[in-house]
Amino acid sequence: MTAYIVRRVVVSIVVVLGVSLFIFALLHAIYPSPAIDVLGPKANRVTIAAYNKEYGYDNPWLVQYLTYLGHLLQGNLGYSIKFNQSVVALFNERWPRSAWLSGSSLVLSVVIAIPLGVYQAVRRNTIGDYTATSLAFVVYAMPVFFLGLILIQVFSLDLHWFGYEASQSNSVLTIIGDWHDMILPIGTLTLLTIASFSRYMRSTAMDVLAQDYIKVARAKGLPERLVLTRHLLRNACLPMVTLIGLSIPLLLSGNLITETLFNYNGLGLLFYNSLLNVDYNVLLAYTLIGAVLTVVGNLVADIALTVADPRIRLA
Amino acid sequence: MATSLAPLDVTRAPEGGEIGPIQSGWRLALREFAQNRLAVIGLAILAFFVLFSFAGPLVYHGNYLTSNLLATNLPPGAGHPLGTSNQGYDELALIMVGGQAALEVGFFAAAIAISIGALWGAVAGLLGGFVDATMMRIVDIFLAIPFLFIVLIVSVRYGASVLSLSLIIGGFSWLVPARLVRGEVLSLRVRDFVSAARVAGSGQWRLISRHLLPNAFGVMVVNVTFQVADAILAIAALGFLGFGLHWPHQDWGDLLSNGVSYMTDGYWWQIYPVGACIVLVVMACNLVGDALRDSLDVRLRRR
Repeated sequence: MTAYIVRRVVVSIVVVLGVSLFIFALLHAIYPSPAIDVLGPKANRVTIAAYNKEYGYDNPWLVQYLTYLGHLLQGNLGYSIKFNQSVVALFNERWPRSAWLSGSSLVLSVVIAIPLGVYQAVRRNTIGDYTATSLAFVVYAMPVFFLGLILIQVFSLDLHWFGYEASQSNSVLTIIGDWHDMILPIGTLTLLTIASFSRYMRSTAMDVLAQDYIKVARAKGLPERLVLTRHLLRNACLPMVTLIGLSIPLLLSGNLITETLFNYNGLGLLFYNSLLNVDYNVLLAYTLIGAVLTVVGNLVADIALTVADPRIRLA
Repeated sequence: MATSLAPLDVTRAPEGGEIGPIQSGWRLALREFAQNRLAVIGLAILAFFVLFSFAGPLVYHGNYLTSNLLATNLPPGAGHPLGTSNQGYDELALIMVGGQAALEVGFFAAAIAISIGALWGAVAGLLGGFVDATMMRIVDIFLAIPFLFIVLIVSVRYGASVLSLSLIIGGFSWLVPARLVRGEVLSLRVRDFVSAARVAGSGQWRLISRHLLPNAFGVMVVNVTFQVADAILAIAALGFLGFGLHWPHQDWGDLLSNGVSYMTDGYWWQIYPVGACIVLVVMACNLVGDALRDSLDVRLRRR
């Protein structure tokens, strides 16, 4: 067990290093130096060369990469040319807001998708199952922003129930209190995640229903309610662990579009604005963080599954 | 992998010397596919959109090139079946042209992804050992990079055209097919027909191109349909964020984001028709993909 965890952690570190090398090399190749963006399009060659020399952009890229990595280990992600602020400060200010949006959506979708999947498996091929499956199928094919637009149209413009712009407060506590304006962004991301979770949940629950231990539980006269909660639900939740770990890329890209659509000042909107302004260091840092989160998500899911499921025997 | 034998179908087993027509795997798969009503609907939707986008502009000559300030934001009516945009373009014509871009990028990106992925996976699976381990770690590395982020960064830098978007999207989505094909090759390479080909003197390349890839074709076809869906969603997202194709090219995401500015004015025809097109095409691809998976997967086959 310990050997397995150590091996997985080592592989993950190798992958993270590889990711950082690749992302740095790619961004370096397409944006060799921010000199023009900082100094303006009329800067002459001498000024540009002086700028590059001062900030080390004339070094070979491998040297620049190692310098970046060194700074990274000291918690320095570089400087944003647009905001005139360190990238770490920008992220510190915004990550709780994004974490609230993504985290609450993830929790809501797990809480809804698990019972929904079990319900569909138990009542399979009934009208309820067909409705849920079709809805999930349609939402699954929907671009995030279109889903958000429909929610805005129905619940904000037609019914006037909720706001169409996310909460603009700086403090997360105020934002949590401001649920009136946060329901639509969180709902958008939740529906998107449920659509991808519930398909797996339904098929896993169906697999579990066909197992012998369910038959045994029923045969020994256990009430159906206990069969469902104690035997079906607990076993069908296991693949959910993996699914949550793998959902980080979905959440990150969903976040980017949801925050842009609802004008919510989190990391996704920051990334979008940095694309418009070619804010190199922000783009690099957020892509890197996204990749690290993805790797960590996989790692945690794998380890959690081996802990939760005693049937998994490790070589 | 656990393999369970399909139940023996007594009705089709040859009796007393008579031999029925030989059913090849592909013909069986085709028959299975044709009996799946949803799959046929999906295929029909796709065929409709190919006709609509590419043949439509030959029949319907709507204006999508010159702005007409006297005809902006007109509701659907005579002359403009789906109304006009904020620049006086005809919405129906815009949707047709946008459909061309969506389908072109979708299929081209999927073709690129499957070509790279299949080769990568086949080489890794066949050679095995250290080469395999290295190649699959590279796949892990690429898979960890958030797809939308990297596609956005690259396409903002190099500008968006049908070709560049296909290359960028295809270039970052070959990882799943690489894994799938490798998995297939790992189980194929120890089969007798591969050993026989090896003994007969086939080189590695011939093994891959003649024996391994054709037998992994089912996995590849299924994956391609999902790749098309994902690529269409990706360019819609790019277009919506404002990094899509440039005039006179149109893309659906861009059309939608233009419509959003007028949402509070109630110009629904600038939003819902084009949104429905995206959903329909992506859904059709997913329907076809699901059905292909069911019909090509021998373990799921009922007949």
